[in-house]
Amino acid sequence: MNSHPEQIIAINRLSKEFTTGAGNTFLAVDSVSLQIPRNSFTCIVGPSGCGKSTILRIAAGLEKSSSGTVQYNGNQVSKPCAEIGLVFQEYSLFPWLSVLDNVASGPEFAGVDKDKRYKDAEHYIRMVNMIDFKDAYPHELSGGMRQRVAIARALANEPDVLLMDEPFGALDAHTRILLQKELLKVWEMTRKTIVLVTHSVDEAVYLADRIVIMSSRPGRIHKVLDVDMDRPRSRAIPEFGKLTDHILKELEH
Amino acid sequence: MAPALLAVIWIALAREIGNEVILPGIEQVSRIVLHPTEDLISMGSLAGNVLVSLVRVIMGYTLAALVAIPLGVAMGYYGVIFKFFNGFLNLFRPIPPLAWVPLVMAWFGISSLATASGIETGQIYIYLDNIKFAMLFIIFIGAFYPILTSTIHGVRNVNKTFIDSARVLGANERQIFRKVLLPAAMPSIITGMRIGLGIAWMCLVSAEMLPGSLSGIGYMITHAFTLASTDIVIAGMISIGAVGALMDAGFRHIEHKYFSWRRQAN
Repeated sequence: MNSHPEQIIAINRLSKEFTTGAGNTFLAVDSVSLQIPRNSFTCIVGPSGCGKSTILRIAAGLEKSSSGTVQYNGNQVSKPCAEIGLVFQEYSLFPWLSVLDNVASGPEFAGVDKDKRYKDAEHYIRMVNMIDFKDAYPHELSGGMRQRVAIARALANEPDVLLMDEPFGALDAHTRILLQKELLKVWEMTRKTIVLVTHSVDEAVYLADRIVIMSSRPGRIHKVLDVDMDRPRSRAIPEFGKLTDHILKELEH
Repeated sequence: MAPALLAVIWIALAREIGNEVILPGIEQVSRIVLHPTEDLISMGSLAGNVLVSLVRVIMGYTLAALVAIPLGVAMGYYGVIFKFFNGFLNLFRPIPPLAWVPLVMAWFGISSLATASGIETGQIYIYLDNIKFAMLFIIFIGAFYPILTSTIHGVRNVNKTFIDSARVLGANERQIFRKVLLPAAMPSIITGMRIGLGIAWMCLVSAEMLPGSLSGIGYMITHAFTLASTDIVIAGMISIGAVGALMDAGFRHIEHKYFSWRRQAN
């Protein structure tokens, strides 16, 4: 069935048109094709309005494409499924549930019994270093803590692919760097396939195996770069700066 | 401070006027309030009448909440259902609940739960006969709109990311309603229920004051007025205020205790 078994996600000539309030249509995503290898860490960078979040939402099954398809393991994605998780930028935790209940909510929807889902949830809460706060409520946590919980919640659903839509976009610089480090650890532990959308070139260079550079209006793939640096990467080495600089120049086009 | 000041003014005025039909003494009214189970001029006791009104309000109100909340959730979530019901509901919204009384009396007359259940004698009959359909209907109308409006508002303002998150985590439509929309809109629903209860209580007491009513705190006040027992009138008003304030405090307690997460910025 699957012609590229090593490609877990295949995006084929994906386009998305939006209609504005005035009745005009504009092309947010224009014929984007992209293969995501299993266990890889892909970052999509691009200016705002390049449709990068839209691609992610379509891949998560939250939105329909205007044309083209997203395939997961050879099957077309048309609605959300447990195998593909999505982490939002902010305000995604259910404020009426504790950290533990938030993280256990995916398995709860799936009908997993209480003991098992709490045990699994605690495992992932521990993984993101939030175990001391498992009974806290989202409003009692800082932005960085909330994103850790959001990541744990996505992981507790045991997805194959983890899509992340600017997960650290609302955080201060220091917290952001800390969470990038932790995300890499989580990735190394779980070996999920991660696709992370960001507008920070630095973040992409720090995290990714492969960087997809997009251009805007209409959203197209401008270039795909492989990153060949050992992890953990140091921002101090010349290679890091050179690649960052190169991508920034590409984005100007 | 304010109640003490009011009491001082009351005592002074009562002494000055010296007519207990216009303003009875504070001690006279307090005696009635402090002995609520005493029978008053053969209309039953203060507590008994308050209880009758309370039972009426709770029944009509529960009915209103049971209809308004599910309808509000559906209207808030599905644009089609909103469009379907909204015009119709808005037509009836401006009609004051008490303006329904004549029509409702024509429909239901003095039929009560007793008539409906077929019990025509004994103590149970007296209890059931106190619950007139006409009264329930007025309470229903009074409570229905505030609950409906705030439920729709609450559901509409649910952060879309919560719904998207639940979808991505694998929730089906039913789970989105029960585990996301309802809890997320609950603070707004509770506020609507609090306002609805206040209005229902006011409507009921007013409805009880109209002809055809033979029990309840509203009836007691009107009847006491015709007998020039102003002390009972004031004692009755104090009870109405106290019951209303207690119910409101109960809801506030629930809001504070269970919805402190609302402080979160969204």
